[in-house]
Amino acid sequence: MKESIEKLKKAHKLLKTFEYELKEVNRGYTDRTLYINLSDNTIKSKPVTQEMKDKFIGGRGFGLWYLWNAVTGNTKWNNPENEIIISTGPIGGTTQYPGAGKSLVVSLSPTTGTVVDSNVGGYFGPLLKFAGWDAIEIQGKAEKDVIVFIDGNNGKVTIEEAPEEAVDTHILIEQLTEMYADSEEDKRNISVVSSGRAAEHTLIGMLNFSFYDPRRKFVRIKQAGRGGIGTVFRDKKIKALVVKYAGVKGDTNKPADKDTINKLGIKMHKEIHDLDDMQNSMRKTGTSYLVKIMNDYDLLPTHNFKFGSHPEAEKISSAEWKKWFTVTKTDGCWYGCTLACAKTVDVYELKTGPYKGQKVCVDGPEYETIAGVGSNCGIFDPEYILECNFYCDTYGIDTISFGTLTAFVMECYENGIINKEITGGLELNFGNKEAAMELLHQMGRGEGFGLIAGQGVRRMKKIFAEEYGADPDFLQDIGMEAKGMEYSEYLPKESLAQQGGYGLTNKGPQHDEAWLIFMDMVNNQLPTFEDKAEALHYFPMFRTWFGLNGLCKLPWNDIVPEDNARTDEPAKVPEHVQNYVDLFSAVTGKKITKEELILQSERVYNFQRVFNLKMGFGTREHDRIPYRSAGPVTVEEYESRADRYDKQLKELVGFDPEGKSTEEKVKVLRKYREEQYQKLCDAVYKRRGWNENGIPTLETLKRLGIDYPDVVEVVKKHL
Amino acid sequence: MILKTKPELCTQCGQCEKVCSRVWFKEENPEKSAIRVNSKGDGVLINVCNQCGECIEVCPTEAIYRAKNGVVRIDKEKCVGCYSCVGFCPTMSMFFHKDVQEPFKCVACGMCAKECPTGAIYLEK
Repeated sequence: MKESIEKLKKAHKLLKTFEYELKEVNRGYTDRTLYINLSDNTIKSKPVTQEMKDKFIGGRGFGLWYLWNAVTGNTKWNNPENEIIISTGPIGGTTQYPGAGKSLVVSLSPTTGTVVDSNVGGYFGPLLKFAGWDAIEIQGKAEKDVIVFIDGNNGKVTIEEAPEEAVDTHILIEQLTEMYADSEEDKRNISVVSSGRAAEHTLIGMLNFSFYDPRRKFVRIKQAGRGGIGTVFRDKKIKALVVKYAGVKGDTNKPADKDTINKLGIKMHKEIHDLDDMQNSMRKTGTSYLVKIMNDYDLLPTHNFKFGSHPEAEKISSAEWKKWFTVTKTDGCWYGCTLACAKTVDVYELKTGPYKGQKVCVDGPEYETIAGVGSNCGIFDPEYILECNFYCDTYGIDTISFGTLTAFVMECYENGIINKEITGGLELNFGNKEAAMELLHQMGRGEGFGLIAGQGVRRMKKIFAEEYGADPDFLQDIGMEAKGMEYSEYLPKESLAQQGGYGLTNKGPQHDEAWLIFMDMVNNQLPTFEDKAEALHYFPMFRTWFGLNGLCKLPWNDIVPEDNARTDEPAKVPEHVQNYVDLFSAVTGKKITKEELILQSERVYNFQRVFNLKMGFGTREHDRIPYRSAGPVTVEEYESRADRYDKQLKELVGFDPEGKSTEEKVKVLRKYREEQYQKLCDAVYKRRGWNENGIPTLETLKRLGIDYPDVVEVVKKHL
Repeated sequence: MILKTKPELCTQCGQCEKVCSRVWFKEENPEKSAIRVNSKGDGVLINVCNQCGECIEVCPTEAIYRAKNGVVRIDKEKCVGCYSCVGFCPTMSMFFHKDVQEPFKCVACGMCAKECPTGAIYLEK
């Protein structure tokens, strides 16, 4: 290994060196960011202003601010002006509180055309900050593949041409960790950001963020999956970003009040220790526990979101994954995350593809992957899910988009919209795991039908309609994308609030803004439009806040205090909200309240909505959702849940289903449900301080203090 | 090596806490002691590490290890101060203090046992 690494290193060509003064963090900030332009190899330091900290906090907020200033309304994802910005946030890098090591990535998305943000684990964000930088901002495009290396102990940034390293992540991260670490012990001080070969051929490329696992003695990864940022990364000819910082201690983030942070962190560790086994068992099975729950409540996407459960779902539930996972008691993706959901299958022998026969580690699978590439495609085979998870990761492909678009392709195939001729021989029926796997390998090789599928659902709809004569309305109904992003893996049909939780998002249908299914459908806590609108205000704002601070959402409500059910608002987990208020105050020294926490998010959230407007999106028409996410599109779907729908027609619509054809019932139910969604939009816009077209009003911008001249200018065009 | 207790002999004089903090932190401060004596109902609870090693498993940096003499110790160089071990200690015998970067615990040095006036604590090999 040593010799081959030397050879790789020797082939590097140094393009630029930038030396900087080392600097301690102060209350969660270094107060400067690193700007790199790969077109002309500029490297410079930029100051972080007080205004930036007050208004945008950090993480996703900083990313949005920098990108806003870097692009015009005409910039495309593959223009050199587009940037990739990575930032943690003031709380990021805290070692005491679970889930405090996240990085937020912001860029213009190839699939949506507008701004996208992605929240990812691994060590990069915290080590970047400790190396002296609150964010890294990368603009321009390199001529040949480069690696950017940030040496946080010697104060040096280099851009190096790196022709010989692998592109595929599972090899590249081992090569670079070995190359830049001084010793075995030093490996945990390295984090690599990388993508993979399929990111070059598709629009759904993702980024892997690495961290070294000293127990397993190999490099692990977490993914910034959504929105195709991996595709932007490879388009810029970045092979990898590498940061190195040795010396992480409990106070490297230099909080204002370390004592409070210690106490909050230990309280959470104890809570997890005492209650996780009785609650979600995250420490043993990660997010895979969700499969059974979703299946039981008819929410597990099956056959391209047609159905919410399947008799074979047990085969891919946590009971099965327990047999595969190699659990350790430290499966966190940053120090001190005792929720420890980052499970792995340590040894898996690949059956297909370029690495066939090799024994590899699979990071995961997580719930979204299991549901996306598994049940939603009608595949209930754990080994396929592992194989697919591995190849998506190493090829740099988002498992969620891959799952959802494959399910769409399968439904099109079964409906005769596409056939074997078009797919080049792939028989893409639901359940055909060999064909699905080959589709993924085609994306890796950049050939065949994989090239078409890799464009994502929105572009496939256009191609299938224009070139193969498919009915565009039917494709619109069953193509599970909104704003150009593929749906993540929850069936929202029976929960109006969740339809809004997906449709009224800034970046596209991703559950990280609002997951309201249980509140709405199971617990019936949101009976009126106003109740739903309030939830669709509060929860997206609250969840946005994690991304401003470098935090993970899971320790908020995937573990709850013992007495949570007896509080006023159990869905909010009041005690944990207070933890976050105290945590922010203790890190930054700036005392906030739970109301100010929401205000901080609201500012950034509205700014992002205006950013969408700047890019030509962000109005009511872009909040439209495919009907499959709101109700039964087909007779088959209706009849599979006929009792439920008949009852609703009778009780909610005032329509007697007796003796009516299913076609007629589908139509009447559809009219009702589509009206409900529009009424929901009205209520939510009002609650969020937007006009009826979904535009933030000038009063709203003013109240939030983001009425900057260029922001107002964008909005005014729409008022 | 392990520090054993006989709570029924303890008079709660606090000598062990003073000795422990003096030996390890050069000050007499019960909050910096790796042994804690508290009332429990009518009796006394002496909280001190039983060297079970659960903390070894939950340490993300492998900073906690079992030394040759059986005692569980913390390598301060490797520790990142996450306090997972504090929250996961089954007997709540891993301690922390705001002045100290790393958590601390009983390493069975026996200094407290030597000075205990009633023999309520003693070292066992």
